[in-house]
Amino acid sequence: MATSGVIAEITVGLSSCGIAAGARDVYETFQQKLEGRGIDVELKRTGCVGMCYREPLVDVVVPGLGKTTYGGVTTEYVERIIEEHVVGGKPIEEWLVHLEGRELPDDAYLAPQERIVLRNAGSIDPESIDDYVDTGGYDALATVLKSMSPDEVISVIKDSGLRGRGGAGFPTGVKWGLASQQPGDVKYVIVNADEGDPGAFMDRSILEGDPHSVLEGLVIAAYAIGANEGYFYVRAEYPLAIKRLEIAIADATERGFLGSDILGSGFGFKVKIKEGAGAFVCGEETALIASIEGQRGMPKLRPPYPAAKGLWGKPTNINNVETYANIAWIISNGAEAYASYGTETSKGTKVFALAGKIVRGGLVEVPMGIRLRDIIFEIGGGVPEGRTFKAVQLGGPSGGCIPEEFIDILVDYESVTKTGAIMGSGGMVVMDDSTCMVDIARFFLNFTQDESCGKCTFCRVGTKRMLEILERICAGEGQEGDIELLEELGEKIVSSSLCGLGQSAPNPVLTTIKYFRDEYEAHIQEKRCPALACKALLTYEVVAENCIGCTLCTKACPVGAVSGEKKEVHTIDNDLCTGCDACRQVCRFDAITVR
Amino acid sequence: MEKAGVQGKTMKEYLAIVDEIAGKYADAPGSVIPVLQQVQARIGYLPIDVIERISHSLGVPPSRVYGVASFYSQFRFNPVGKYIVKICHGTACHVQGAGAITAAICDELGVEDGGTTEDGMFTVDSVSCIGCCSLAPVIMIGDDTFGRLTPAEARKVVREYGK
Repeated sequence: MATSGVIAEITVGLSSCGIAAGARDVYETFQQKLEGRGIDVELKRTGCVGMCYREPLVDVVVPGLGKTTYGGVTTEYVERIIEEHVVGGKPIEEWLVHLEGRELPDDAYLAPQERIVLRNAGSIDPESIDDYVDTGGYDALATVLKSMSPDEVISVIKDSGLRGRGGAGFPTGVKWGLASQQPGDVKYVIVNADEGDPGAFMDRSILEGDPHSVLEGLVIAAYAIGANEGYFYVRAEYPLAIKRLEIAIADATERGFLGSDILGSGFGFKVKIKEGAGAFVCGEETALIASIEGQRGMPKLRPPYPAAKGLWGKPTNINNVETYANIAWIISNGAEAYASYGTETSKGTKVFALAGKIVRGGLVEVPMGIRLRDIIFEIGGGVPEGRTFKAVQLGGPSGGCIPEEFIDILVDYESVTKTGAIMGSGGMVVMDDSTCMVDIARFFLNFTQDESCGKCTFCRVGTKRMLEILERICAGEGQEGDIELLEELGEKIVSSSLCGLGQSAPNPVLTTIKYFRDEYEAHIQEKRCPALACKALLTYEVVAENCIGCTLCTKACPVGAVSGEKKEVHTIDNDLCTGCDACRQVCRFDAITVR
Repeated sequence: MEKAGVQGKTMKEYLAIVDEIAGKYADAPGSVIPVLQQVQARIGYLPIDVIERISHSLGVPPSRVYGVASFYSQFRFNPVGKYIVKICHGTACHVQGAGAITAAICDELGVEDGGTTEDGMFTVDSVSCIGCCSLAPVIMIGDDTFGRLTPAEARKVVREYGK
């Protein structure tokens, strides 16, 4: 291959996680090194391809070689990628993640996936409307406006079987139908991008990677229900998603995909972005509406549902980001194509955010009905070596922990609900033997207790009492009867709360009691944490026969709990010890144990 | 997007900022939250005089403005440091040791969680999930995100900003 005049394409994944891993520096280094190099290379950016565990990711395409993906790229790789791969035409073996026509270990991550929502993720520049249009973007909108009535659109969405991807799983087409039947000229459509579940980042990645797909779905929804105004309600914690959405809205307006007369159809629609201000409860639709109206985000009694009386008292349709991102694909490919994926009651695909104690964490899109085991072990590669799988948490603070005995369930709304967890928005946090289930229950309760809006007494006070009980169990002060008290309080909170937050807040506690009662009992009766996670219950000891008296641990201890002279066996004062584990981590002779 | 506070401005200048921002929103329904957000982005926090001025400018009772501001975790009523160190405490970060990261950073800076250093450089803030779960544990300083941290690395990151 010639040393100049090579036509190559280098694409750097610039999503939040890529940037956090150093992708921006990599991008800028490519810019510098390519400048004045005299070779014809197009440097591009893209969103999240989903392989977060391999970030920063760089794609290289040179004629005759197909697409090559490198993972874990640092600025030091840049020079070699340019010289050896782009100029020399030889991919660099040791950094390969993917190479067309070659089998590589990371293929296991992508191969079982079916990508509808993530169809453009990691391949288009999210800040370029041309890239989106080139993939057939806005064709579905054009079809809808030119040849379909609003009722026809609704019936296609109904036939597809799409259910709300925010968590509750209400059929999207039915929801649209309810709003469209309401009388009145003023209606609203809203995108719920207040992705607050800890452990979930699907919506952020979609907005950062393919904002137009959500926007197109929203305009189609607006046409179907007869709304001329809409809102994106986005978490303020997602600055990059907001920035890319702003660019998308400006470009779509300029191209006539938004505005007073879209594509000459006479249908008009405009959209605004509202930044959330940090309140988990605003993911609940009536609270979200209150927040847009400038009030405290407190849920209201339903009915009336937003479809009848929503924003400013007008009929309003709210769906989450992922739901809207499916719409254009369904219109273009047909309801039947969509419904061919999934199970009897759960159609299509679902995006999950895999995180926690997992080898390959990131964003995956799989057909509904896939075995939970396949997601965690086949795609995610299981837990890190030397550890054993304990449970997977689904549905965030509203969900529950699914233990190993149910790892073979098929992932659809009904099967997941049967375990006591919920599908939720798609956060999947994997836990291994080093994760304490009582501590996890305490963690979630701490979150929901903090985020309870305070309207319902059981949610406001009940979660507080539950949290106090969990805190004392983790501190080694648990009492007989605590488990039963937690169960009783949990059931009361579920039955006496107005909104989904309170109704589901006890789930993480109830499911961990159901499946890991022995861990609770070990904490309460034996004052022992089997996972060695609850610091107050840990005892550190020096193994006399292994200790050579190197004093490393005495220096590492931040509180002076380890003492001993050089070449003498050291001792640990457990009254001073805070359980930070620093001594055990620095010891090179396995001379410190914890139990 | 949150930027650290503008230091050394007088209350008079703060109020001028309020007038400038609230002026654009007069009579717009639902404007309390965007106004609070923009004012805080410029001033860094919401002193009580500023809340009263917003109330006056928008014609909304001060109790309601304060009620809204105190409801959402984004709003602050005390001055913050030049850098806000946000330590993610989402589920993934929690199981990957966010507690140890918080302890290390607080120890390094000599402040409690939520506190501001005496020199006004840093405010430490444990926050809920910032959505970079696969890089857990994660912290954010300004718009920069740092992932896959150990307590020692977290100390180093903060030390770099202090220089």
